[in-house]
Amino acid sequence: MTLKVDNLQVWYRTMRGDVQALDGVSFSVGDGELVGLAGESGCGKSTLGKSLVRLDGRMRHVGGTVELDGKELPIGDSERMHGFRFKEVSIIPQYAMSAMNPTRRIGRMVAELLESRGVRFDGIRDELLRRLELVGLDPEVLDRYPIELSGGMKQRMVMVISTLLNPSLLVADEVTSALDVSNQKAVAEALVDFRDRDYVKSTILITHDLSLAYQVADSIIVMYAGKLAEKAPTDSLVTAPRHPYTRMLIGALPEVGVRYDTRRLTGIPGSPPSLLDPPTGCRFRDRCPLAFDKCVEQPPFLEVAPDHAVACWKAS
Amino acid sequence: MRRYFGRKLGIYVLTFFVAVTVDWMIPRFMPGDPVQTMLSRASLRPEAAQSMEAYLNNVFGLDVPLWRQYLSFWGGLVRGDLGVSVWLFPQPVTGVILRAVPYTLALLVPAILLSWWAGNKFGALAARRTWLDNTVLPVGYVLTATPYMWLAILLAWLLGSEAGWFPLSGGYSFSLAPSWSAEFLASLAWHWFLPFLSLFLVAFGGWAIGMRNMVIYELEADYVHYLESLGASRRLVRRYAFRNALLPQLTGLALALGVLVAGALVTEIVFSYPGLGYLVLQAVNNQDFFLLQGVFLFIVLGVLVANFLIDIAYVVIDPRTRTGMRGEGA
Amino acid sequence: MIRGRHEFLYFAGRNRKLVAGLAVVVGFLVVAAVGPALTDYGPNDYVGPASQPPSTAFWFGTTTFGQDVFAQFTHGLRSTFLVGVLGGGLAGLIGMLIGFTAGYRGGVVDEVLNMVTNVVLVIPTLAVLLIVAAYLRVRGVIPEAIFIGLTSWPWVARAVRAQTFSLRSRDFVDLARLSGAGGRAIIVREVAPNMSSYLLMTGILLFGGAVLLAATLDFIGLGPTSGMSLGLMMNNAVLWSALQLGMWWWFVPPGLGITAIVGSLYIMNVGLDEVFNPKLRKL
Repeated sequence: MTLKVDNLQVWYRTMRGDVQALDGVSFSVGDGELVGLAGESGCGKSTLGKSLVRLDGRMRHVGGTVELDGKELPIGDSERMHGFRFKEVSIIPQYAMSAMNPTRRIGRMVAELLESRGVRFDGIRDELLRRLELVGLDPEVLDRYPIELSGGMKQRMVMVISTLLNPSLLVADEVTSALDVSNQKAVAEALVDFRDRDYVKSTILITHDLSLAYQVADSIIVMYAGKLAEKAPTDSLVTAPRHPYTRMLIGALPEVGVRYDTRRLTGIPGSPPSLLDPPTGCRFRDRCPLAFDKCVEQPPFLEVAPDHAVACWKAS
Repeated sequence: MRRYFGRKLGIYVLTFFVAVTVDWMIPRFMPGDPVQTMLSRASLRPEAAQSMEAYLNNVFGLDVPLWRQYLSFWGGLVRGDLGVSVWLFPQPVTGVILRAVPYTLALLVPAILLSWWAGNKFGALAARRTWLDNTVLPVGYVLTATPYMWLAILLAWLLGSEAGWFPLSGGYSFSLAPSWSAEFLASLAWHWFLPFLSLFLVAFGGWAIGMRNMVIYELEADYVHYLESLGASRRLVRRYAFRNALLPQLTGLALALGVLVAGALVTEIVFSYPGLGYLVLQAVNNQDFFLLQGVFLFIVLGVLVANFLIDIAYVVIDPRTRTGMRGEGA
Repeated sequence: MIRGRHEFLYFAGRNRKLVAGLAVVVGFLVVAAVGPALTDYGPNDYVGPASQPPSTAFWFGTTTFGQDVFAQFTHGLRSTFLVGVLGGGLAGLIGMLIGFTAGYRGGVVDEVLNMVTNVVLVIPTLAVLLIVAAYLRVRGVIPEAIFIGLTSWPWVARAVRAQTFSLRSRDFVDLARLSGAGGRAIIVREVAPNMSSYLLMTGILLFGGAVLLAATLDFIGLGPTSGMSLGLMMNNAVLWSALQLGMWWWFVPPGLGITAIVGSLYIMNVGLDEVFNPKLRKL
């Protein structure tokens, strides 16, 4: 499968104006690729992920196109998207902990969900049980209510549900953020496993945890303030980042074994610009140590090396 | 689940105790001699006054210690003896009340059930059709703000007095004697309709608005968003949201019981409908305290039973309570 | 949480429901305040021909005894507002006191208060008021308001307790506790202001509920023994066959007044909810 996103713009309509959460984003995801989508809170990564499946209440598709396997993905049209959801594109939402109906047994909810999508539960039950076992869930979890499951169990359950119909594209939105480290490992490994077993063709893993993306992703996209900063194969991005923001992000990661009195943790001073009225030019300008006069002009997202694209005047 | 019902029953038993105790306490803590007060305020014929005095002295047994009086009060209660009515002397209160209870139940039970069901259905419908929402909302607010007796008065006046379609008073036509004949049953129904309608409409307004809000709130829940992201049918989503929105409505029903009973009482007064409300009015006008106390105890008992029934219904609708977990309001 | 008075007033002024509802309530309040002075006789005085429909002399007509219905209406409005404020206010105070204490203290105190709340909650209010009021020989507006206040608080206590529970584990409360503030000070200065919007809406509902309950009591004949009230007007109307005689001017105004006031209060509440909760605001 291939996903091609071209100059996608998705804004939020608010009382004070439009928040330009996703402002012209272009990239593609190849068959079987696991792409990590990283960035600060509010950079637009969740918006990007969600807009590929279902536009939220206040989200508006303002411009740009999305192509899935050469066909248009009509993200702006909820009716037409209906056929794609669950079967071609699926999402593990950020709120997976509360994603299941609290007053329905899980198994019954899954059955009713499938029936409403025209899939007979009996035909798929065996597959469901197999996948439950794969992620380490006991089959009797289907007889339970969501409240009886721990956070990690719920996350894995939602993972199984979302991928049950073998979608081409899976968007995993902050699937590890609410978990402890051992659960995080299990979930991340499950994601890779699903891809390897062809349950899912390609995955976009949205996370603010760069180190997680490093562990499992084939390539990483870094976003900042509604625009893409850098996209590169994982190793290249981590060892030789070209965008100043990426460099500072990686530099801000704590290193195992290094103590506080030897070397202080550095953050990136300042904060991202408001997307209600974004500044012209490169949005990282105000916090960038390498900023110069050309930066008042928005740098294009250009390929500087095979599969490695950057939006920075200094990099190209 | 046993713990759930156990707790509820405990509260109800305790409440009944408190109610009975309050009932017993009040006349004794009012200033003055309760026996003389009651006698002087009730306008009785001399012979009636005498036997009444004897009876009252017996009940209040003022030469007996307080705790004895309390216990004998409970004793009478258990025997079903609620005293003797002043207004309908010498009929026992229990008998008077039991004759009136069926009428009140005939009003209350259908009105409560139908208004709750219809109100919820309408409210849910209004939550997803804007044109309906724009009419249901204001109408609902007006209805629920209407005092029960005023709607009863309006209906009695417009449909009863002015249009003459329905009778204005009584449980059945005065020219008929109670029997199982079709004519009598028809007369019963005809007299029943307006008071029932009045109760139904006011309650309906409240439920419609409440359900509309609850459904809108449920439709914003995460599980709804998830289902929609997976392309679940609107029908499925609505079914889930409706079911979940019913839970707080059920809790609300239990809370509204007192108001509903009060509404039934005043509605009966407007229509001179021979239920408990009518008894209350007569008791107040005739200073018949035993009757009032009897009605009070009956109402308390009825409300407690209704609460318990609602608790059962809650367990049916919210499956989580069956497995021993707390659902909302449990 | 509202950031400052200005934002609140800005949105409040623009909310049609809030403004309209408030206007109606204030309008009736003005009538209650000024109305009785417009007539130099009392509501129970026999001042005119009996059973007259509304005319220029008597705006709301007269009763079967020749009393001025308008005078009764304005006097009745007064007692309505009085009972609403006093009864609703008392219920609010008790509910908040119990709710805050139960929510903040927790433990045994919470258990006990919970039980008390549950018992008072289940007991049907009117039933209790029936026997209490019936035994009092002389009844006034103040006692009626007190009774209403003493029986209407349980739902408030429950809700306040729930909110206090969730608030008390928040950081700013911990900070206040660290700085040595006592329980009561914390509740008054930290917890309550965060619930101010909710408390305001609760107050409005209590006021409306008290008005309805008082009207019901008065209608049964257990209201104040002297003076006039809207419920009493309806009681008299029904008693003296106004229905059968078609004297609509006697029973329509009191009921309409109550409906209008309570309905406006509900609408105000909806408006307030929109003002306080940004998600509900229409764009």
